[in-house]
Amino acid sequence: MADPASLIEVDNLGVRLNTSRGPAQAVRGVSFALKRGETLGLVGESGCGKSVTALSLMGLLPESAVVTGSVKLDGNELARLPDADYCKLRGNRISMIFQEPMTALNPMHTIGHQVAEPLRRHKRYSAAQARKEVIALLDRVGLPDPAKRIDAYPHQFSGGQRQRVTIAMALACEPDLLIADEPTTALDVTIQGQILDLIADLVEERGMSMILISHDLGVIAENVQRMMVMYGGTVVESGPTDEVFRRMGHPYTQGLFRARPKLGARKGTRLTTISGTVPELADLPVGCAFADRCPLAIDQCRAAMPPMIKVGAGHVVRCTRTDVSMAANVGALSA
Amino acid sequence: MSVFVLRRVLTLLATLVGASVIIFLVLDALPGNAAQMLMGADASADAVRALTVKFGLDQPLAVRYLQWIKGLVVGDLGNSYVYGTPVASLIAERLVLTIPLAIMSMLITVVLALSAGIYTAANHNKLGDVGVMSLTQIGIALPNFWFAILLVLLFAVRLQWLSAGGFAGWDDGIWLGVKSLLLPSISLAVVQAAILARVTRSAVLEVLREDFVRTARAKGLGKREVLWSHVLRNAMIPVMTVMGLQFANLLAGTIVIENVFYLPGLGRLIFQSIANRDLIVVRNCVMLLAAMVVIVNFVVDVLYAFIDPRIKVHDL
Amino acid sequence: MSSPLTTSIDAPVATRPLAARGFWGRALRHRSFVLGGALSLLVVVSALLSLVWTPWSPYEIDIASKLRPPSSAHWLGTDSFGRDIVSLLLAGARSTILVGIIAVSIGLSFGVCLGLMASAKRGWTEEIIMRFSDFTFAFPAVLSAIMLAAVAGPGMVTSIIAIGIFQIPTLTRLTRGSANAIWAREFVLAARASGKGAFRITIEHVLPNILSILIVQATIQFALAILAEAALSYLGLGTQPPQPSWGRMLNDAQTMLFQSPMLAVYPGAAIAIAVLGLNLLGDGLRDLLDPRLARER
Repeated sequence: MADPASLIEVDNLGVRLNTSRGPAQAVRGVSFALKRGETLGLVGESGCGKSVTALSLMGLLPESAVVTGSVKLDGNELARLPDADYCKLRGNRISMIFQEPMTALNPMHTIGHQVAEPLRRHKRYSAAQARKEVIALLDRVGLPDPAKRIDAYPHQFSGGQRQRVTIAMALACEPDLLIADEPTTALDVTIQGQILDLIADLVEERGMSMILISHDLGVIAENVQRMMVMYGGTVVESGPTDEVFRRMGHPYTQGLFRARPKLGARKGTRLTTISGTVPELADLPVGCAFADRCPLAIDQCRAAMPPMIKVGAGHVVRCTRTDVSMAANVGALSA
Repeated sequence: MSVFVLRRVLTLLATLVGASVIIFLVLDALPGNAAQMLMGADASADAVRALTVKFGLDQPLAVRYLQWIKGLVVGDLGNSYVYGTPVASLIAERLVLTIPLAIMSMLITVVLALSAGIYTAANHNKLGDVGVMSLTQIGIALPNFWFAILLVLLFAVRLQWLSAGGFAGWDDGIWLGVKSLLLPSISLAVVQAAILARVTRSAVLEVLREDFVRTARAKGLGKREVLWSHVLRNAMIPVMTVMGLQFANLLAGTIVIENVFYLPGLGRLIFQSIANRDLIVVRNCVMLLAAMVVIVNFVVDVLYAFIDPRIKVHDL
Repeated sequence: MSSPLTTSIDAPVATRPLAARGFWGRALRHRSFVLGGALSLLVVVSALLSLVWTPWSPYEIDIASKLRPPSSAHWLGTDSFGRDIVSLLLAGARSTILVGIIAVSIGLSFGVCLGLMASAKRGWTEEIIMRFSDFTFAFPAVLSAIMLAAVAGPGMVTSIIAIGIFQIPTLTRLTRGSANAIWAREFVLAARASGKGAFRITIEHVLPNILSILIVQATIQFALAILAEAALSYLGLGTQPPQPSWGRMLNDAQTMLFQSPMLAVYPGAAIAIAVLGLNLLGDGLRDLLDPRLARER
């Protein structure tokens, strides 16, 4: 599927990590392509492989990680690229925003210094040029009084302000692709919306592609054009966001949807949960990773990994029982 | 003055006063009459009496303590019981050796420890790391005076490159003086460096696990750049704490090492004074060493504030 | 390399093969524990052996057979007084261990009591105890020993007391730090809620929970005590002749450096082996008793 229009193309990505309990296949057979300006959401519980997928795009997995398959940026292979070459891309063409703004900034350096770093490195800006640009960036991300605050240290800012700083840092070199890994999870609820709006505005304004990672279906629904649901290191469902929310195909996606807390739910209504626990990545079953928790599982599910089934326009589901699951449709409307 | 520094200064003064009280009690009050000790048991009562008055030992304890403190402040430490010469000049003569020795060994310690610590952390769990860490494990177990003797065996007895002891002084050029302090400072430094290298390594490893290291890498900085520009400054705080604490051991070490190499420094002076029952010299030497330790640790505390912006020093 | 990633991938698991194997099962697989244990045992056995048997008497001076090279009669030769080196080394282990045990006991009893008290009482008590231990740091063992020797004269007792005093602040700080962590735990809160006093909680809950940390530190302190004892004896402030000690042997050997250099090698190696053994043992114990600490290193 060599599409020249694709900015990023991931084909059959696999990541094997060494954990304290032995090697674990954290990501298996993940494939997707992203056009310039397109936004993609990755959703799933912690440990499903979504962050590992993101870090493998950044080339920031631990040294012991074994990456298989292919990751292409504008047709150039990134998987197993030497670190020195990868450094030229990171912060320049691909940027990332992390989950924890409180710890993502170095407490010993001023924020101005930290935001200027990618500019000085990739664009070879002089100190004065960089400073001017940093003030403009900080202003754009909504940090009050940037000209004064540029010489302040991270501990002098609130969590939301720090996340604005990391966003400025990620955007400094106008990257083609922005990866946002749970950018609002650690923030106060009141701030979350502001930060997500800021990211959405910036993505549109600069025509960037974005991969937004979240465990929150609500965040995904409102912010991306396409989405992928991950479970046990594999993609179990993917498609245009509207389409997926209209007709959820995978029992896991449906379970995630039912398990979200709902505003205005009647008092005493029990929160639906998915029974069982996330499987250990160090010893995943041969078949569908979700089988043990799935109400619809049959022997066939455990025998082999189900294939991707096409259920709509660009909408695929890795489930052999879509006939049943989608008949008893628990889409957005019926829930 | 910021509250932080003011607090530290008060603690410093309180510690110095506490130390001086203990030293005074142990070395002046506890032994009874220093004049009696000096003259021996069979001295005539009249002679002892005369000496007691001469040294001012007939005064009340509190008066003697305050006189000592007053002397410390103005730099008059009294006269040696044995030689009759001013204690201050006796000590000053010896510091010409002991202070360069302490500085040299601290420098060697820091250079060895930081390079070993950073190297091993950057090569975590690789062969170089395991090898250097095993060496430090052995280094920690070596008594420094034995290591000194081994160095003498190798460089003075076998190879005959350096002399087995003694101090050339500074009059015939700096190099001769440095040369005679080379083996002593190396033997003091190696053992300390082994400890400090392990501290440095774990501090650097700890910081390498921080989120901001990943952020820096995500900006496109190479591993080496991240280590130098982001990791080291954060790792320096625990390293400096240990360096401050090690300074006490280093000074104690000079006392031992000066004896190995027959160096006429402060340590030898203390020993001679103990042998001569010259308690006024011992008291002032011990006070000086304790004060150096306390002051160095105070300086380390204040330095934190310069390294770590989270500690407020804007009006230091 | 352990990255933040791997921890998020460690989902809770039912089987924990490590915990199931029992202390000794794990201990015997732990390299530094086994090596450290063996070296420490060697020193202890030497000390015990010297109580009942040494090849020659370590006290007997025989000038006629001084500075002999190693032979079948004297395995490592004789010193400048004609004493058998092997016998001196064995008997020296005895002094080392004796001084170490008593000094560490002094340090432990004062340090642990003060630390527990600071942690249980807080407020002024804690402040005073911690300030006190702060400035005791200014007096390394050699300095206190010098002060004591200046008034009381040098000797084994002087060195034991000096080393013991020097151990107190470290152990006080460690005890207080780990006890404070226990005081903040839920089961202590529960005990307080049920009306137990500070003393009972300290004995019943705090002490048992910090015991493993204290055992590990005591091992390390023992090693430090051995180093300090050796230095003091070398300086002539510690164990006095004719009582054999490794530090004293080094002092004697130094005067013979040009004639018989090996005399200076054996006792130093003995000290290094004892200290290395205890340090490795301490590292091993830390890994085995407190996996949380081990992972942090």
